[in-house]
Amino acid sequence: MMKDKKMNGSFGYRMRKDWIRNRSLYLLVIPVVVFYLMFHYKPMYGAIIAFKDYTPALGVAKSPWVGFANFTRFFKSVYFTRLIKNTILLSVYNLIFGFPAPIILALLLNEVRNKHFKSITQTITYLPHFISLIVVTGMLTNFCMTTGLFNDIIALFGGERAPLLQDPKLYRTIYVASSIWQEVGWGSIIYLSALAGVDSQLYEAAQIDGAGKWKQLIHVTMPAIAPTIIIMLIMKMGSLMNMGYEKTILLYNPSTYETADIISSHIYRIGLLDQDWSYSTAIGLFNSVINFGLLIITNKISKRYSETSLW
Amino acid sequence: MKVKRSKGERIFEVFNYALLTVIMLVCLYPVWYVFVASISDSNLLTQHMGILLKPLGFSTDAYMKVFQNPMIVKGYMNTMFILVVGVFLDLIMTSLGAYFLSRKRVMFKKPIMMFIIFTMFFSGGMIPFYLNLKDLHLTGTLWGLIIPFLITTYNMIILRTSFESIPESLVEAAQIDGAGHITILFQIVLPLSKAILAVMVLYYGVSIWNSWFWASAIIRNREMYPLQIILREILLQNDVSSMAAGSSAMDTEAIGMTIKYATIMVATIPILCVYPFLQKYFTKGTMVGAVKE
Repeated sequence: MMKDKKMNGSFGYRMRKDWIRNRSLYLLVIPVVVFYLMFHYKPMYGAIIAFKDYTPALGVAKSPWVGFANFTRFFKSVYFTRLIKNTILLSVYNLIFGFPAPIILALLLNEVRNKHFKSITQTITYLPHFISLIVVTGMLTNFCMTTGLFNDIIALFGGERAPLLQDPKLYRTIYVASSIWQEVGWGSIIYLSALAGVDSQLYEAAQIDGAGKWKQLIHVTMPAIAPTIIIMLIMKMGSLMNMGYEKTILLYNPSTYETADIISSHIYRIGLLDQDWSYSTAIGLFNSVINFGLLIITNKISKRYSETSLW
Repeated sequence: MKVKRSKGERIFEVFNYALLTVIMLVCLYPVWYVFVASISDSNLLTQHMGILLKPLGFSTDAYMKVFQNPMIVKGYMNTMFILVVGVFLDLIMTSLGAYFLSRKRVMFKKPIMMFIIFTMFFSGGMIPFYLNLKDLHLTGTLWGLIIPFLITTYNMIILRTSFESIPESLVEAAQIDGAGHITILFQIVLPLSKAILAVMVLYYGVSIWNSWFWASAIIRNREMYPLQIILREILLQNDVSSMAAGSSAMDTEAIGMTIKYATIMVATIPILCVYPFLQKYFTKGTMVGAVKE
C-alpha cells in the first residue's frame, strides 16, 4: 500500500502513465512545437549575433564574438537620444489620445436607445479597421498633398496650403490622429461587451437613490468596466517602446526623420536595407529586453494595486 | 418601460446623437471621397479645389486602366494563392495546438503553454527573423509568406478557449468507442466549432490580405508580388506611369490621381462588401479573446 502510493507520486511513473494515456495527443502537437522552435525560438537564438560580428559566410555559430561592442556603438550613436525620444513620444501620444477614445465611444454608444442607430454607428466606426495599412497611408499621403483633401479643408478656413507630410512638426499629429480614426470603433467593442454585462438593477437602484446620469457613470459604470480598462492599459504600457514599424515606414520620409524615425524603423533601415546585421540585431535586442521589462513591471504594479493582471 | 427623463438628460441625448453622427461622418467621409473621386472626370477633379460631395462628371476610365494593368491582376492572383493555401494551413495548425491545449489531465500541457505564451512577450527581433528565413530558403518564394506565419498565438488561445467549452462527456464517449484524438478533433470538436472557425478564417484572412511588410522584404521577383505591394508602388511610390501610358504629360498627372483612387477602391471593395455581413463573427472573436485566463 505504502509502496504503491510512493510509486504513484514518482515522476517517472507519472510520466509513463501520461505517455500511455496521451501518446497520440503529443504526436498531434509536434508540428506546433516544431513551428514555434523554427520561427520563434530559432530567431531568439539567432539574436546572439548582437554579441558577434556576423557575416553570412561564417553563419551564426562561427562568427567571432565581440562582446557588447554593438550595444556601446548604439548608445554612443548620434541617433540614440533621437530614436528613444521619438519612440517614447509617439507611444505616449498614442496612449494619451488613443487609449481613452474607444472608451468614450463605448460609453456614448451605451447611452443610445435606438437599436438601429446604434448598430449603424457600430458598423461604420468599425469599418476603417478593415482597410489595409497601405491603403490608409496611401489615402493619407494623397490627402496631405498641397492639392489634397486636407489642404482643401485648410484653404476653406482661410489657411495656407502646405505639403503636410513634409513637416516634422505635424508628423506625430497625423500619425496619432489617423491611428485613432482607424481603430477607435474596433477598440470600443471590448468595452461595449463589458458594458453589456453590467446588471441593469444597479442602475435602477442608483436612480432610486437619486443618482443622475453623471453619478451613475462614476459609481456604477466605471467600476464595472475598470478591470477591462486596466487589462488594456497594462498591455498598452507593456508595449510602450514597442511601436510597430509598418506604419512609420509607409508614412515617413527623410524630411520628417527628425520626429518620425523610431527604433523599429531605424532597425529596418540599417538592418534590412544597409545589411548591418549584428548592429541592427543589437538594437532590436535592446528594445525587446526593455519591452519585456516594462511588461513585467506594469503587470506587477497592477497586481499590487488592483488585483487585475495578465498572469 | 417608459421612464420620465429630466431636461438635462434630454439635452445630453440630443448632444450624444449629434456627436455620434459627426464621428460616423468622419469615419465614412474619406472612403466616400475616394469613391467619388475615383468615378470623377480626371480633368475636372484636378481643377477642383475644395471638398467633394458628389462625383464631378462621370468616367470609368480609371477603372478600365486599373483592370488593364497586368500587375494588379497578377497581384490579385498571388494574394489569392497565399490567402487560400495560407488560411487552410493556418486553420489546421491552429486547431492542432488549440486542441492539445484544451485537453485536461495532460502532464506537459503547462510547460508547452508557457513555451508558446512566452513568444507573445519576447522575440528575437526583425533581423534574426529575416536571417532565419534566408537560412531556411524561404526567401524569394510565396511559401515564405505562408509557413513562417502559420500560427498566430492570440488566435490559438481564442480557439482553445472555445474548444474548452465543448462538453467533456462527448469526447469521453468517443474515446470509449475507441476513437483516437485525430478522429475526435476532426469529427467531433471541429464540426461543433463552426462559428469560431469562421472567426478564425476571417482573422487569418484579413491579416493575410493586408500584410505587406514581409513580402516587401523577401520577394524580389515582380511576378510574385502580392496585391498590397503593387498598391504600395502605385499609391505611395507614385508609379502610375505604366497605366497612364499614351496620355500627354498633363493628362498623365490628372488621370494618375483618379487611377490612384480607383486602385484604392478595387483593393478595398472586396472587404467592404463582405464585412457588414460578417461583422458579428468578427466581434464575437474579440469577445472570446476578452475572456481572461
